[in-house]
Amino acid sequence: MASKIKVKVKLKGDIAEVKSLMLHPMETGARKDPDTGSTIPMHHITQLTFANNGEPVMVINCSTAVSRDPYFSFSFNGAKPGDTLTVNWVDNKGDSDSTEVVLK
Amino acid sequence: MHPGRRLFIQGSLALAALAAIPRGLLAMAWPEKAFGSAVASDAMTELFGTNQTTPSDAITLGAPEIAENGAVVPISIETTLTGVQSVSVVVEKNPRPLAVSFEIPPGTQPDVACRIKMGKTSQVMAVVKTENGLFSAAKEVKVTIGGCGG
Repeated sequence: MASKIKVKVKLKGDIAEVKSLMLHPMETGARKDPDTGSTIPMHHITQLTFANNGEPVMVINCSTAVSRDPYFSFSFNGAKPGDTLTVNWVDNKGDSDSTEVVLK
Repeated sequence: MHPGRRLFIQGSLALAALAAIPRGLLAMAWPEKAFGSAVASDAMTELFGTNQTTPSDAITLGAPEIAENGAVVPISIETTLTGVQSVSVVVEKNPRPLAVSFEIPPGTQPDVACRIKMGKTSQVMAVVKTENGLFSAAKEVKVTIGGCGG
């Protein structure tokens, strides 16, 4: 399956500015299906990991209160062109997605 | 060698490689109890071991004064504090107050942004954990359309 994670990295010297967007419904478990009236089960990303060349640079723990199609941005030091940034998430149903981007 | 066996070995090696990636990255477990807590102070006790924080001017919490759509409230947190270990967002009046928690390894800047849901008007608190303790900054965000439930 093609990854549904979009990552943009801008290098400023050795600082990498990371902006990422993933596609995920982030259901709270409180919403009802308007057609059937049944509750839509909770379905959300629990943990999101960014690693540069295998070294974690950010771990984000999420609740259902993170908006649908989550967006996150942050910066880290010590980045250089050619580094590989890996993004990986897992959700409460055990699904996961990952992608990687080479810094330039 | 038997071709079936060779294929099996290749397949299992590929599987082992795949399985090794997430295990290496997911060093820390998802704090289920803290996220499941319905009261802000309980969630903080669960996550940090205490719910006492020191208000700090060194934390810049960016949040709108009025959020027209509670389903998408942009939040940004930046701090000049040193030795930051994590940055968390607590929305007092959400059904589950702990919204998101950023674990910040050394070398990563304590400057993060995300978008969260808010059920109704509430205090939004940024909690920054450093090697010297817990610091916080809070701001009230007015919500005109809720983002939880439907």
